[in-house]
Amino acid sequence: MAKLLEVKNLKTYFFTDEGVVRSVNGVTWDLDEGETLALVGESGCGKSVTAMSILRLIPNPPGRIVDGQIMFEGTDLLKVSDAEMRSIRGNRIAMVFQEPMTSLNPVLTIGQQIRETIQLHLGLDDEASTARAVELLELVGIPEAAGRVNDYPHQFSGGMRQRVMIAMALSCNPKLLIADEPTTALDVTIQAQVLEIMARLATEFGTAVLIITHNLGVVARYADRVNVMYAGEIVETGTAIDIFKRPRHPYTIGLMASVPRLDATEKVRLTTIEGQPPLLIREIPGCPFAPRCDWFVDKCSTDHPELEEKEPGHAARCWRNPLVDAKTRELASIGIAG
Amino acid sequence: MANMQTQSKNIYESTVKHGEKLLDVQGLKMYFPVTAGTFIQKKVADVRAVDDLQFQVTKGETLGLVGESGCGKSTTGRAVLQLYRPTAGSVNFGGTELTTLKAGELRRFRRRMQMIFQDPFSSLNPRMSVEQIVGEPLAIHGLYKGAERRERVQYILQAVGLNPAFARRYPHEFSGGQRQRIGIGRALAAEPEFLVCDEPVSALDVSIQAQVINLLEDLQEQFGLTYLFIAHDLAVVRHISDRVTVMYLGKMMELADSNELYQNPLHPYTKALLSAVPITDPELERSRERIILTGDVPSPLRPPPGCVFNTRCPIAVDECRERIPEWREVVPTHFVACHRV
Ligand SMILES: Nc1ncnc2c1ncn2[C@@H]1O[C@H](COP(=O)(O)OP(=O)(O)OP(=O)(O)O)[C@@H](O)[C@H]1O
Ligand SMILES: Nc1ncnc2c1ncn2[C@@H]1O[C@H](COP(=O)(O)OP(=O)(O)OP(=O)(O)O)[C@@H](O)[C@H]1O
Ligand code: SF4
Ligand SMILES: [Mg+2]
Ligand SMILES: [Mg+2]
Repeated sequence: MAKLLEVKNLKTYFFTDEGVVRSVNGVTWDLDEGETLALVGESGCGKSVTAMSILRLIPNPPGRIVDGQIMFEGTDLLKVSDAEMRSIRGNRIAMVFQEPMTSLNPVLTIGQQIRETIQLHLGLDDEASTARAVELLELVGIPEAAGRVNDYPHQFSGGMRQRVMIAMALSCNPKLLIADEPTTALDVTIQAQVLEIMARLATEFGTAVLIITHNLGVVARYADRVNVMYAGEIVETGTAIDIFKRPRHPYTIGLMASVPRLDATEKVRLTTIEGQPPLLIREIPGCPFAPRCDWFVDKCSTDHPELEEKEPGHAARCWRNPLVDAKTRELASIGIAG
Repeated sequence: MANMQTQSKNIYESTVKHGEKLLDVQGLKMYFPVTAGTFIQKKVADVRAVDDLQFQVTKGETLGLVGESGCGKSTTGRAVLQLYRPTAGSVNFGGTELTTLKAGELRRFRRRMQMIFQDPFSSLNPRMSVEQIVGEPLAIHGLYKGAERRERVQYILQAVGLNPAFARRYPHEFSGGQRQRIGIGRALAAEPEFLVCDEPVSALDVSIQAQVINLLEDLQEQFGLTYLFIAHDLAVVRHISDRVTVMYLGKMMELADSNELYQNPLHPYTKALLSAVPITDPELERSRERIILTGDVPSPLRPPPGCVFNTRCPIAVDECRERIPEWREVVPTHFVACHRV
């Protein structure tokens, strides 16, 4: 079956006064129809730039997609005209960002904004689009929706605004929803509300989802597959089970061990990844993770590892093959395994 | 006369031993007036940010404070430290009633209690070097002079895991995690015994978060510190706290030992809160039952009558809408405010 989205060797750079920032440095991945893929990694590793590249919303200057292909439903998005891209955005590909207040227009009512989107993309008349707007608000659990379509964004809470954004994003029945930290600004109980609605609607409409989040719990709950990014590259990719249960890259292993678990009954010391991620302004000859890596060997600082399949559907970018069950982690922490 | 003098001198020195009661908060209220009017500002309502709290903290322990945005966590921390003067209630710290201390006394008293803030960017003065930032509390309280002060700063920088060679650098030259270490160093410089940590790791990446959490744990052990640890990340709070209290709309819902609270939550809000947090284990997480609360948190300007949680509570009955539930010790050391428990 053809893939819905195939990102091939994507490179997005920013040309700044200090030098070239290699924000996305040759990433390749794909997404099936209806699938949910999570993009995780440390702040600044290139997650949002990846998303913005797919939407062709990279500010130029200073940014530019310097290489690669983004095949969506068989067409290369990097080759289509600006006008075509505008009609794909919000129609075939929808998006939800972190801050719903800035994504909604404060001087238009919620209803006006949903109607505008629907009319633009579906060509419905006023009456039909109003009815559809109310329906959508009901769908995302806004109580008394018929009365509240006339409210302005500031009359809605953060969680309600984000649900409106999701309603608008899904109103045109997109094939792909890109959600960049969609619930980061929200409280846990509201976050759970919003994510459940998003997941339910995506399943109902058969929408594929690219979700960017730093919340590993959210990834564990919703993602079919996971891409772990580090310094502008994908360092590990696999199913959620692969990534959480059998991580194969030292960064992923460190990441998993550095979050306290809600269901931990014993107090264990957290594992840390010492140091900082590298600046992307400098060309890195070897593995970008090398200075922080417990599995480091000399080769790591000189030769750049490729993303290599370690088991079917599960690949990691690492010269070593860190054994990864709990036992090894324990040994590694006292400096034996590796 | 002589007696009075020794007493007034002593309140600035710690006398509380490990395991003894250090902080006792009773009936704490912090209301913010809301005013209106063009010429004459009249008070039209109160934001009941913190409404009738009671808790104790033992020397050497960590009490965690969790709850959703706006429920009053930061206000509680500030009211305890007297950065806000409470509307009502008592805050007793090591035998001294803080709410009646005069401004000058309070200023001296502050040496014993410090605050670590969430935002490592805005909470540090960009025009001061690390050395000046960490040394400032020492200057304020007249502790250590000249070379000794420099030595003390170097010692603190070392303790928080910063290279003392960086003492002359400015905050913008450091990463988020390093800046948070500077903030912690500043709080620790004057040897306080009690720290309010207000979301100290929320702005940091997970791998950096773990570094700072470990540091706070090490420092606690090394210096016998007592923490009031505020955060909205329930897993982090569980990890670091001995006991945890859950707040909702300015009120305390539940308080228990950390493991007890997480394994045996009694309050319906605590149950919902815990079930809303996904566990970092795909197999376990997907088989979990969840309680999804509907609706939003009401405004603290018009908290609902009775139990403040009643508008979202899945098991509310008429009594919940009429009567404020009492704060009860349901099981020894496990407190709940709920009619249905
Ligand atoms: N307009 C820009 N000019 C220069 N550099 C930029 C610009 N936008 C992004 N970058 C750089 O690109 C890199 C990747 O940024 P990106 O926003 O993708 O990070 P992210 O993974 O989304 O991080 P976060 O988790 O903090 O959102 C960063 O190093 C960032 O500084
Ligand atoms: N100085 C103030 N004047 C008026 N209202 C205030 C003031 N400080 C806080 N509030 C209000 O008191 C309530 C509690 O605020 P507080 O900052 O303590 O919440 P919080 O639990 O720390 O939230 P968060 O998790 O978002 O930090 C909120 O409704 C807030 O708007
Ligand atoms: S390639 Fe080397 S440095 Fe990079 S992650 Fe693997 S072992 Fe560590
Ligand atoms: Mg981002
Ligand atoms: Mg706060």
